[in-house]
Formats: sequence, structure tokens, C-alpha cells
Amino acid sequence: MTKIERNERLIRLCLLVVAFSAISVLAVITIFIFEQGTPIMFKYGFKNFLLGQDWYPSEKSFGLFPMIVGSLMVTLGALIIGVPLGLASAIFLTEFSNRRLARILKPFIELLAGIPSVVYGFIGLMFLIPFIRENLGGPGLSVLASSIILGVMILPTVTSIAIDSIRAVPDSFREGSIALGATKWQTVKMVILPAARSGIVAGVVLGMGRAIGETMAVIMVAGNAAAIPDSILAPVRTLTSNIALEMAYASGEHRQALFATGVILFVIIMILNTIANLTSARQKKR
Amino acid sequence: MRIKPRIEQKIAQSVLMFFTFIAVLVLVFILAVILKNGLPQLSLEFLSRNPADMGREGGILSTIVATIYLTIIALLVATPLGVGTAIYLTEYTVENRITRIIRFGAECLAGIPSIIFGLFGFILFVNRLKFGWSILSGGLTLAFMVLPTIIRTSEEAIKAVPASYRLVSFSLGSTRWQTVTKVVLPSAIPGIITGIILSIGRSIGETAAVIFTAGSALRMPTSLFSSSRSMAVHFYILAREGISMSKAYGTAAVLVIAILIVNLITYYLMERYIKHRS
Amino acid sequence: MKTTGITVRNFSHYYGQHQSLKNLNLDVYRNEILGIIGPAKSGKSTFLTCLNRLNDLIPGSRVEGKILIDNQDIYQPDVDVVALRRKLGLVFATPVPLPTTIYENVVYGVRLLGKNNHQELDDIVEDSLEKAGLWNEVKDRLKTSALKLSGGQQQRLCLARVLALKPEYIMLDEPTSGLDPISTMKIEDSLRILKNDFTIILVTNNTKQAARIADRTAFFLMGELIEIDETAIIFTRPSDERTEAYLQGKFG
Repeated sequence: MTKIERNERLIRLCLLVVAFSAISVLAVITIFIFEQGTPIMFKYGFKNFLLGQDWYPSEKSFGLFPMIVGSLMVTLGALIIGVPLGLASAIFLTEFSNRRLARILKPFIELLAGIPSVVYGFIGLMFLIPFIRENLGGPGLSVLASSIILGVMILPTVTSIAIDSIRAVPDSFREGSIALGATKWQTVKMVILPAARSGIVAGVVLGMGRAIGETMAVIMVAGNAAAIPDSILAPVRTLTSNIALEMAYASGEHRQALFATGVILFVIIMILNTIANLTSARQKKR
Repeated sequence: MRIKPRIEQKIAQSVLMFFTFIAVLVLVFILAVILKNGLPQLSLEFLSRNPADMGREGGILSTIVATIYLTIIALLVATPLGVGTAIYLTEYTVENRITRIIRFGAECLAGIPSIIFGLFGFILFVNRLKFGWSILSGGLTLAFMVLPTIIRTSEEAIKAVPASYRLVSFSLGSTRWQTVTKVVLPSAIPGIITGIILSIGRSIGETAAVIFTAGSALRMPTSLFSSSRSMAVHFYILAREGISMSKAYGTAAVLVIAILIVNLITYYLMERYIKHRS
Repeated sequence: MKTTGITVRNFSHYYGQHQSLKNLNLDVYRNEILGIIGPAKSGKSTFLTCLNRLNDLIPGSRVEGKILIDNQDIYQPDVDVVALRRKLGLVFATPVPLPTTIYENVVYGVRLLGKNNHQELDDIVEDSLEKAGLWNEVKDRLKTSALKLSGGQQQRLCLARVLALKPEYIMLDEPTSGLDPISTMKIEDSLRILKNDFTIILVTNNTKQAARIADRTAFFLMGELIEIDETAIIFTRPSDERTEAYLQGKFG
């Protein structure tokens, strides 16, 4: 008896320790990134990091503003391309297509969420870049190319989550609306999308997180010039690329500055995460 | 006036269909290009020989081996932690502040970009713990990356086990742990495996987190502490440095096929699991 | 002479704020079938889970008063709950075979004790299924899935699973509520025989079932024990008018 109880208590304790693994990893990552990244921000001043226009690590000039703008631009671009496509696919597959087509296409789209990001970058490099260069001008490696590639990459995420939240809308809503004489589209527009809104928003935020955090695909198509792009056809460098491009050879303060880049990225992602958590929690509550 | 909503409906439907068509077309195009250019590169030689001359010649054997090692280490570490967390959350506690903190941690971890994991793994494993660029550092970093996936899928699978099974087990005189190991886990296994397979897919395809922790040495890994290049990293270097586009296509095809197989297995398992339950 | 097996004194049970059992006082004699009748939500099932402390698993569950089983106060902190649950086997209202073979279902509780001797397990399986009246129907397919059995067979399997534990008490919670008349009859037949070796507490929402097989019958209403007596007396001249009203089908 006491032996069984002691064993059970021991097991419970072990599991509790294990259960803290995820939050501990999160804590350790946070601590390490901040420990490595913040001292140099204090040394040269937050303002210089956040708003400085020049990134010349060899001359101790660590302005991240172009990269922050770059990240936000390509993420916005990705949303402009990925969200309409993803949302439209989700609405079409749930409300307008026949069941068989949806049964084939949904897994297919989800399958593509698993394709490694480098493959997306490679396709962009081989086909999109030459196309932009020859038809629209500029070097091809650009904000536009990055946005398109990222937009395609977040498409499966947005579609899949939107499908799930549209399917979660009770059929009685649809029946009620149709019974009142609304067309299918009016039903979608006025009943289903509002009801599924917070789920869709959570999907978009997740897609946004994926876009802003993506590294390798962006490096391959962005051109990576550390300057604020003056058009969507100009090259761009994101926060993630800034880290990945220079990490291999950086040392000393240069390396610390890359960790500082990580800190800024981390904070942006955490804000997005929290928003996503709050919206999905609100959906659950409803 | 009466015809207008129907026209609107027709237009909306066409636009939606067109957008869906574009989305699917783009995705089909990506698959088609990789397979069309990559499959002709594949041969037994390509799979069974090590890369030579920076990858211009030879095959990709060492990168396949490195990828497998990295994935195995990641799963060996992440599976017990993830499944253990899921068991604790579902079987050993009720919803309270602690479970909310644990779930919050897992969800945040899931949102952290892989480059951040790379930076972290580099500082902790490569530098502080002095594992160097190695299979071990890369595998541990990947383990942390896939941990949230395993927690979430396992938790869902365990929650789906009927409560009556637990009651029966307890009423027949089993302890909580016996109920977990003899009734709950066996019933939840397909769902847990789904999470593990998803994690395999992520580990195979990951580049940013691996390149700074496992390194990019092009030789066959001989120990946990060998620096080695995974398939995805190899593909990235081949493509970005323009070393050999044909070899890059070949590597991409292997990667994509591996991921497709992994995902198809997952999909099949989930379908069967859902059918089995209903 | 009747020996007392279970003694319940001033016993109350709460789910959080809600009192589900109110100050019960009753005895259960050895080798009797005690029928418990009453409308839904009258505390019958809760009472069973109090006897084997399955209610421990429900958050917010709380008890007052005493239950003595073979003179042991089962709510004392040093009680071996696992052993208690083996001593009082419970058959649930809906048959819940575990998702494994017929054989493994029967030996589930036995294996938990670490018994793995094949011959011993085989004997237990045959003996338990025999007593539950299922052996002849399944002896050729013991290694097939228990989920493939019919509802009535599943319920008898659940009974066999409890018998394999060699309990002293068998508690059945509306065991035939979802079954056809023939399956019901088979289970009732088994119970009549089992009475010789076990003490049986049978919760039923079918008053006729209690009339058919119970030695004594208790009537529960809204968590209270209205009366308990010889079955013949309860059904012919109950002392409380609520019992009479219930038996005549005026409510419930």
C-alpha cells in the first residue's frame, strides 16, 4: 500500500518535472538570447539599434532599422498575397466545392506545409527571380519576390486553419440564413465569416509569425542589401537573414549585434504569439 | 432587383474558384518542377555515394546519414519529454494555473522561429557545453524545436481516449500509472505516432536551426560529436552557392519525396484513427 | 444467521456544494442480493462508487460519516484503495470492454498483480467466463477483439472481468439497462448462482428486476434512503407512501 502510494507520488513528481520541459526551454532560450543580445544594445543605445540606418558591423555601426522595415515589408507582402488566396481556397473548399474535391485538395494543401522552406526559396531563385528581372526590371531579388515566396509558404497554414474554423460554424447558422432567403455567398459573407472570424484571425497571425520568422527561403530571393528598399523591386534584408548571413563568420561585438537582432525578432514574435493566443482563447470561450 | 444577389453569388463563386485554382496551381507547379528536374538525377549511385568536390560530384549518402542521425536524436529526446508532459497535463492534474503556464510555454515555443533556435543551440550546445558543431548539438536543438508538436498531438490523442476506459481500469484495481501505461497509452498510440511523424518531417526539412548547430562539414558522421551536413543544409548550399544545380535538384527531390512519404503516412494514420474511433 | 458485510452509518456524500447522498444508514448482509431501486439521479450509482472509493477520482468529491466493510473503516487514510476496489468488483451500466482481446479483458485485473503464469491465467479465464455464462459462446475465439461481441455478451464479459479478481462483493450498476430480454435473463441467472459465493449489490432502474432476484430491496430518492426491507415486503406493503407511489409508476 504505502509502496504503491510512494511509487505513484514519485511518478507524479517525475511527470511534473518533465512537464516543465517546454516552459524551461522557452525560459532558457529567452535568457540566452537576451543575455547575449542586450548588453551591446545598452552599450550603443537602444535608439541606435532600433532606428539606426547603417549596418556596418566592422565600423561598430549597428543600425537595424532597414532590417526591421524589411521584415515588416515582406511580411505585409506575404499577407497580401497569402491571405486572400488562402482564405478564398478555404471558403471555396468548405462552402462551394463538392465534398470529393475538398477531400482531395485539403490534405494536398496541408501536405505542402511540410515542404522544406529551402525548396520554396530554390523555386523562387530558379523561376521567380528571372521572371521579375526580365519582365518588371530590377535585379529580381526583391521585396516582391520575397513576398510572393512567403505568401505561398503561409498559404497552407492560413487555408488549413481557416477551413477548420469555417467547418466549426454550426450548420444551423447556414440553414437559418438560407431559410431566410439568402444566397450562399450572402450566407458566407454575413453569417459564416463573422462567426469564424477569430479562428481565421488566429490563422492569419500564425501565418504572419511564420513569414516573419522564415529565414532560408528569404535569403535566397531577397537580395539581402542592408538598406531600406525604395521600391518593391529593390533588394531587401530581413532580421532573420541578417542573423543567418553573418553568423558563420561574426565574432565579438558583431556576433553580439546579431544576437541583438535575435532579441528584436524574439520580441516581435512574442507579441504576435500573445495576440494569437488571446484570439484563440476568445474563440474557445465563445 | 431580385436578380442581383444571384449575380453577386455567381461572381463571388467564380472569384473564389479562380483563387483556389491559382493556389493549387502554384503548389502543383512547385512539386512538378522539383520532381521533373530531380527524379532524373536520382540513381542508386546518387543515394549510395558520398559527395565529392564540394558536392559537384558523387551522391548525397553522408547527408542522408547525418539527417537520419539528427532526426533520431531529436526524437529520442523530444518524445519522452513531450509524451510525459501530455500525460501529466491530461492524467495527473486538473486545469489550474500550472497547466496554463505549461501550455502557454509550449504554444510560445511553437511560435519561435527556427533561426532563434539556431542561435540558442549555437550558444548553449556548441559554445557553452563545448559539443562543437556536431550531430549532438543539432539533434538537441531540433528536439527543442519539435517538442511543442509532440506535446500537442499527444495531448489530443490522450484526451480522445474514452473516460470509461479509465474508470473501468481503476475499478479493476489499477493504480493511476497502470491505467496510463496499460489502457490510456495503448489507445492513444496512433495519435502519438502522428505527432512523432510530423516531427520527423520538420527535422528532415529544417535548415536554419541545423546549419549553426550541426555545422556543414561534408563527410560521413562517425560519432555524436562529428560536424556534419544534413540534406536540407546540403541542398541550401548547393543552390545558394550555385555549386551544382543538377545535384541540387536531385537532393531536393529526395527531400520532397521523404517529406511526402512522411506526410502521407501521417494522413493515413489520422484517417484510420478517426475511423477507428467513430 | 445473517452476517453483516457492509455497515453504512450516517453517511453523506457531496460533489462540491451539491449533497448527493444524505445521511444513509443501512447494512448489507453476506451472500444476499441487495437490490437498490429509485428514479434517475437518486444517488444509487454514487452510492456504489462510494463503496469502492471510485469517487476519489472526481474532483470536489467529499464524504461524511462511516462505511465499514468487514469491520474496516474504508475512509481511513491507511486504507489500501487498490485492494478495496479488487474486493468490491463493479460492473458499469454500459458495457465497456477495453480495446483488446476477450482473453486480455478477463485477465486485465489479474495481470496488474503481476501474475503471468499461462496455466493459471487460462484457468482463471475459463472459470470466470463460465460463471458469467459466457464460456460456451466465446471459448473458440478468446483471442479475438472483445469489441466484436454483442452488447449482452460484452456485459457478461465485464462481469467475468470482475469475477476474475476474486472479489467478495459484486456491485452492478443497472447492468441490463441497455440489453434485450434474453441477455437480461442470462445475467439474472448468473447472479442467482453467484449469490452463493458472493455478496451482490444490484442497482437497477427496472423494479421488476429487483422483484425477480433481490433478497432485500432498498429504495433511494433524491439521495435519501427511503426504506430497506425484504423484497417481498417492499413490493407488497411498503411502509412509506413514496415507495408505493414509485412502484406503481406514479413518478420516476
